[in-house]
Amino acid sequence: MRLIEELGAWFEARLQLATPIRETMEHQVPRQSASWAYVFGSAALTVFGLQLVTGILLALLYVPSAGEAWNSLQILNHQVALGWFIRALHGWGSNFMVAIVLIHMVQVFLLGAYKFPRELTWCVGVLLLLLTLGMAFTGQVLRFDQDAYWGLGIGASISSRIPVLGPWIVSLLLGGPIIAGATLSRFFALHVFVIPGSLIAFVGLHLLLVLKLGINEWPMPGRIVRRATYVKEYHELVKKDGVPFVPGAIAKDLFFSGFILLAIAVCAVHFGPFGPSGQPDPTIIQTAPRPDYFFLWLYAVLSLLPPSMETPTLLVGPVIALGLLLALPFISGEGEKSWKRRPIAVLTILLVAVSLGTFTHLAGNAPWSPVMDAGSGEPIPETYLKARTALERQGALVFQAKQCHNCHALGGAGGERGPELDRVAVQLTQDQLIRQVIQGGGNMPAYGKNLSPSETTALVAFLQTLHPARLIPARDASRAMESETGQ
Amino acid sequence: MTAPDGLSRRRLLVKLGVVFNGAVGAILAVPIVRYILSPAIRVRRPVQGSWLSLGSVGQFPEGQTRLATYRSPAANPADGETANIPCWVRRVAGEKFQVFAINCAHLGCPVRWFPQSGLFMCPCHGGAYYSDGSRASGPPERGLFEYSYRVEQGNLLIQPDEMPTPGDPAASLINISIGRPPCV
Repeated sequence: MRLIEELGAWFEARLQLATPIRETMEHQVPRQSASWAYVFGSAALTVFGLQLVTGILLALLYVPSAGEAWNSLQILNHQVALGWFIRALHGWGSNFMVAIVLIHMVQVFLLGAYKFPRELTWCVGVLLLLLTLGMAFTGQVLRFDQDAYWGLGIGASISSRIPVLGPWIVSLLLGGPIIAGATLSRFFALHVFVIPGSLIAFVGLHLLLVLKLGINEWPMPGRIVRRATYVKEYHELVKKDGVPFVPGAIAKDLFFSGFILLAIAVCAVHFGPFGPSGQPDPTIIQTAPRPDYFFLWLYAVLSLLPPSMETPTLLVGPVIALGLLLALPFISGEGEKSWKRRPIAVLTILLVAVSLGTFTHLAGNAPWSPVMDAGSGEPIPETYLKARTALERQGALVFQAKQCHNCHALGGAGGERGPELDRVAVQLTQDQLIRQVIQGGGNMPAYGKNLSPSETTALVAFLQTLHPARLIPARDASRAMESETGQ
Repeated sequence: MTAPDGLSRRRLLVKLGVVFNGAVGAILAVPIVRYILSPAIRVRRPVQGSWLSLGSVGQFPEGQTRLATYRSPAANPADGETANIPCWVRRVAGEKFQVFAINCAHLGCPVRWFPQSGLFMCPCHGGAYYSDGSRASGPPERGLFEYSYRVEQGNLLIQPDEMPTPGDPAASLINISIGRPPCV
């Protein structure tokens, strides 16, 4: 016992850290801020620690070479004892980290913690969010499978649209003319050295700012932030109604961090590691690349924007969003902190959350993508073929053979790129159907060159049978009169 | 000892030291920046003669579109399978070909050829192209990218370059056909 004390004294005489550490642990925080709402920042830090540890463990076996990366992941998944578990921890840790960082940001925004004098803390936080998303994207690339390969192609295609500098940026991004070994190596350097290094530095700065400026007090409606008086008021509040960080506030942080770690471990055991999907061999083109969960909303936006709006949105959108985030604490640095008195802030959060949620949900089944094998894989519902003429059934065959089913659903199956055709006969007359098939239009390709007249006749005959029994098919009024007068 | 203008000897030495380090840093920065930018400032257009064979003309039946692959001339041994690049070869008639890049002109996903409906379809955002590569529908703003080609001693040769991207000025220089086929 005495030996330990002496050793401690020996180190303390040289390091002289005991006092600053004690001061940091005992620094006073507003009693009401020792709340469950304030646990997300520390949880993000904990998950970051987990990512550092599991990342280093993976680097022991991962081979950052375009020819070998995919194989080394297979070895991790299947041959190394518990390699799959470390991969799963790292993958789920990444998902949790992005989610917790976003929740932390929402919490800071709604509780007004970004206001004077904590503007710089917020701006560093925005940078940390960008770095976290950068880790998520570069990590997805290191999984070097088909999704990673084509995801890089998408990233390159987006970057190439930057005026003037585009092609040069693509070359810098890919490290050469094509997606290959140099691309993986530079994303490895980013994911393992550059971004984590920056993250560690800026997390340190973020924490230093939190310590220097004090943890935000719990917002009370009517307690207004003024630049002239805030710092004095805060110190009075902490003196009057403060608790030391240890043990006053840290207990909730500890419990929540432990809970998050446990949740990540449970997800890792239950769901297992992410991929890798198919080999990164560009000659295997039977693939439908999908981004990871946190970029699905972007995938949806890129599909739904009109083509002419796409490039401006891609290039200007991020700049505006970033500008707004960085300007926020300077625009509204004073005033009410409580979300109960800030309806626009609450509405903004709701709007962004609902938009991102909707886009992510849409991207889940991607109605804008053709179902590439519906023509051969999805049969036409039986009821649409019963009691039909030979010509109409021939038309159903044409419908399948010409891949109409890839974009048009029948009976709820098939693509959703174009409208579903279960009641198309009610909406379009025979002539309109023929015109639409042959000339296309309204975002449908023209099939005139690829359908013989007899195929067109059969297909249109089939389409004309597609209507609910109680509704009569659409017909041309002038034709109807003609046939009536003819009788 | 202080000079008349208040600039002490020590302060001057510190300033000189800073300037000296700045100068050495600037000299070191030149090769470092050059190294970082090297992928972007390499020769951007292929040198004459870098024609690559996709195989004999006989492999591509007239009137059909077939998938062909080539090994990128920029490949190095560590690239593995990623340097095997696919492309679509359409033999229009005789020695008239069209060689399309695999990458959709929207965001670069691999387009697939459907001979029955005569369309290239993209699995990502639903772009579609006609058999001659022109845009049919969906988000792409242009037709498929084409390689320049020539036929020599019964072999189909192409001149592969970097991965085509929609913003690349070189890509728009390659002769492309935009627009609809005439109504039938």
